[in-house]
Amino acid sequence: MSTSWPLWEVFVRGKRGLNHVHVGSLHAPDAEMALRNARDVYTRRNEGVSIWVVKADDITASSPDEKDPFFSPSGDKVYRHPTFYSIPEDVPHL
Amino acid sequence: MADELELAFERTVQAEARIEPRDWMPDGYRKTLIRQIAQHAHSEIIGMQPEGNWISRAPSLRRKAILLAKVQDEAGHGLYLYSATETLGADRADLTDKLIEGRQKYSSIFNYPTLTFADVGVIGWLVDGAAICNQVPLCRTSYGPYARAMIRVCKEESFHQRQGYELLMTMMRGTQAQRDMVQDSVNRWWWPSLMMFGPPDSESSNTEQSMAWRIKRNTNDELRQKFVDMTVPQAEKLGVTLPDPLLKWNEERGHHDFGQPDWDEFWQVVKGNGVCNEQRLAHRRKAHEDGAWVREAAEAYAAKQVKEGVA
Ligand SMILES: [Fe+2]
Ligand SMILES: [Fe+2]
Repeated sequence: MSTSWPLWEVFVRGKRGLNHVHVGSLHAPDAEMALRNARDVYTRRNEGVSIWVVKADDITASSPDEKDPFFSPSGDKVYRHPTFYSIPEDVPHL
Repeated sequence: MADELELAFERTVQAEARIEPRDWMPDGYRKTLIRQIAQHAHSEIIGMQPEGNWISRAPSLRRKAILLAKVQDEAGHGLYLYSATETLGADRADLTDKLIEGRQKYSSIFNYPTLTFADVGVIGWLVDGAAICNQVPLCRTSYGPYARAMIRVCKEESFHQRQGYELLMTMMRGTQAQRDMVQDSVNRWWWPSLMMFGPPDSESSNTEQSMAWRIKRNTNDELRQKFVDMTVPQAEKLGVTLPDPLLKWNEERGHHDFGQPDWDEFWQVVKGNGVCNEQRLAHRRKAHEDGAWVREAAEAYAAKQVKEGVA
């Protein structure tokens, strides 16, 4: 049995103005076939206007074990959030 | 360290948060999930056959298009689920082997034959209806990829159930012979549909641990009761009788009382002795083997493209 087709991760843009979102994976011999299969498997009801397929092997991911140190640079930067700044209530549109 | 990991896992599950693929999880949790999701995937794939049997004989182009779309959805459901098993480290090809070698099970409902076109309607109404009862709570199952696959599946299932019920309504407005055909079909599928929720809680060995891990959200008996309560008024509206003399409303419980399916028959079918077990597996095996040259050709083409620097 021939089963060495690589695994592809599939990302779909639901409609214009939205990001591509991961929806699942599939196996295909090449990128072209991966796209075609992704259309049939993940967008049978107009769920998308654009599809990305990425070889699963080509994805580098952070691992949850290293979660704290990896995400800590943003953890202590509260000033990146709008709620950090107190503005009087009577200032409109801010 | 292992205790700490286990504690973190339990805390996540207790908090109704989701476990994701790269999280630490107990071996038993991973194994249970792979087994359950694979069986679920196999059921979707084998589940294409009973209805696929009627595609070429659907009575109109409209019904044929609907049935084709439904059967194609079931293939999609199988693929979403195989995709979820792979996030747990399972191998899709290996699962296919296990299915066609009879080493992993699928839902026993698909080992019953589809004798008339009314069966297409009754399967949509009762079998997909029971599947929906099973699957809606799984949208909140603790393993993220499984829960997300279930959300996609549930969105599509409502079309399956509605097209079935509409088909039956159409037949019930037809001739006496058509109404009899619907009733006969309901008589054959009612009990196997109740079996889809699995054995009674008193005999179900896996339930407790799966509930603790929040893989399973309701017991078999709870879901069966829910299905019966949902279905009775639908049957009334349709004008068919559910073939259970014990079925009646229990004011005190606020639920319907109903009889038990023939559990000996259930275990016989699970063990492989149903009417269609052999046929279903043989068909799946043949489809897989007949597709081998396509898979090989696509692979050879991809390799050639890489060599020529096209891709
Ligand atoms: Fe399905
Ligand atoms: Fe379905």
